[in-house]
Amino acid sequence: MSAATSTSPRTAPKPGGAERRPRPSFTKLLTVIVLGFFLIMLAGVVGSVMISSVSTRWLNTWLPEGYTGRWFSAAWEEFGLTQVLLVTFQVAIAVLFMTLLIAIPAAYVLARQTFPGKRFLTILFLLPVVVPTITYGVPLATLLYRLQLAQTLPGVILINLVPSVPFAILILMPFVEQVDESLEKAARIFGARNWQVFARVVLPLLAPGIVATSILLLVRTIAMFDLTFLVAGPTTQTLVVKLFYAVSAAGFRSPQSIDAMAMMYMATNVLLLAVAFKFISPSRIVGGGAHRT
Amino acid sequence: MVTRTAAPPASLAPMKKRLAEKGVTPRLLLLMPAVVFVLGLFVYPFIYGLGLSLTTDNGSPWGNYQEFFSDPYLRGTIWLTVRLAVPAVIIILVTAMPLALAMRGVGRGKQAITIILLFPITIGTVLLSNGLLDFLGAAGWVNRFLLDTGLIAQPLQLIHNYWGVLFAIILTDFPFVFLLLLSYAGGIDTAYERAAAVFGASPRQRFLRVTLPLFAPGLAITTSLAFVLAFGTFPSALLVGEPAGSTRTMGVAAYSEAFQQFDYPMASTIVMLMAGVELLVIMLILGLRARLVPTLSSGRKG
Repeated sequence: MSAATSTSPRTAPKPGGAERRPRPSFTKLLTVIVLGFFLIMLAGVVGSVMISSVSTRWLNTWLPEGYTGRWFSAAWEEFGLTQVLLVTFQVAIAVLFMTLLIAIPAAYVLARQTFPGKRFLTILFLLPVVVPTITYGVPLATLLYRLQLAQTLPGVILINLVPSVPFAILILMPFVEQVDESLEKAARIFGARNWQVFARVVLPLLAPGIVATSILLLVRTIAMFDLTFLVAGPTTQTLVVKLFYAVSAAGFRSPQSIDAMAMMYMATNVLLLAVAFKFISPSRIVGGGAHRT
Repeated sequence: MVTRTAAPPASLAPMKKRLAEKGVTPRLLLLMPAVVFVLGLFVYPFIYGLGLSLTTDNGSPWGNYQEFFSDPYLRGTIWLTVRLAVPAVIIILVTAMPLALAMRGVGRGKQAITIILLFPITIGTVLLSNGLLDFLGAAGWVNRFLLDTGLIAQPLQLIHNYWGVLFAIILTDFPFVFLLLLSYAGGIDTAYERAAAVFGASPRQRFLRVTLPLFAPGLAITTSLAFVLAFGTFPSALLVGEPAGSTRTMGVAAYSEAFQQFDYPMASTIVMLMAGVELLVIMLILGLRARLVPTLSSGRKG
């Protein structure tokens, strides 16, 4: 965080240096206060859950009376996590493959070609990312209930595709732009057909982007609460929905086993995110889509 | 872009070639799955919802909307949502904007901060809400600290009310807003401010006349997104809020109408009104931006 102060040498010295003196210290102070407050909140929130999940009893003290690991196995039994995790990964992997199947060709065309109506189509693809999930989630879930698809695995997968496909298109487009188009032309000159160019030239060169997108899609699907919650039935709850029901019915279960489940959920996501950073610059995850608006 | 030149008089060129000149080639077929997807799973459900909201027993298409506005419990959700979203957005912007501007040009520290801030985005609202229940609860660390330092005599009620949800929104949306602003701020060259300084502009003038106009487009879009995010608050309002009372947001009301009362038309009505309010606020923000901040015609030299 101390690096924040290094802004000052970058800005050129200015006549009347006395005036710019307070600037670096203001920057530093602001960084320390805002980020410090935020980090304390975050550490407190996550730390409370973390410590609670390994505590024997924790009432009205700074730290619990003793520590134990038994809540993790207790939570596994209590919440039937084998089934829940099975559903979670089935949904995540199905969403991943269907999303890639739809998004890769679309991202390719949108990055490579201009055509009438492209602007309109781009905005249409952007909408599901910026419109809050609950706004389109309620009508879509209603429709899925009418079609008898709600509470089933296909229903949960379908509703999760809605934010995933546009997200994947937005992340993939810059990767397509990085693939040198002359390589495709060269392949065509040597007689490659369209599908060969795509399968043998574009896809291999796109691989890093596809891996990065895939991991981010897994993280997003596992963390997607709102939409899954709207259509999940008793046997199709993902981990985060199960966690929601456990928290909202707190009092019936020991808080430690809920917190233990929360820790398992968090560990899954953090692990995937750490892998994602191996393939994609962190700033791209949020900023990637924003630049193109 | 598509250049719309007048069609050649002798349009003997085959249709295919003329279309190809405009960019319509067989390659566009690769877009088909995505188009079918967005029409079937996003556009159609929305139209379906709109139709549902206009379906009433008594014949009048506006019946659901009339019912919404005549029932104080339903009507009140608009205010309860705005009351949470607006302060949250203001708090987030006031802290995130100067920080994002100050951090331009920072190298390694930025990466670390980005990773730390992505963490709450990744773990999501449900887990953070669960943590807030522990952290801000009567026996949590915040009340423990305030009691031990003698600042308060009784534990503060910070959860299952307005404050819990406000904290949850700030915790989940601050990282998002900050990272977006940071990516916009990175695109503003500090050279402009230095040039202004050379010509004798005070820090205040530099900010108001140079940095802010350059920042305005990104700021307006981020503010709109932040508002939309905060306005859609749903799980935290249920978990750390008081979903039947002070934090009955429109999202909660729509959910409970649809999946607890099974009144799908009313749920769709609420959702359409949500979209309407969001659109209104976005237009307001973009309009204010155009009014208050002069746009610099940057990059358009012609």
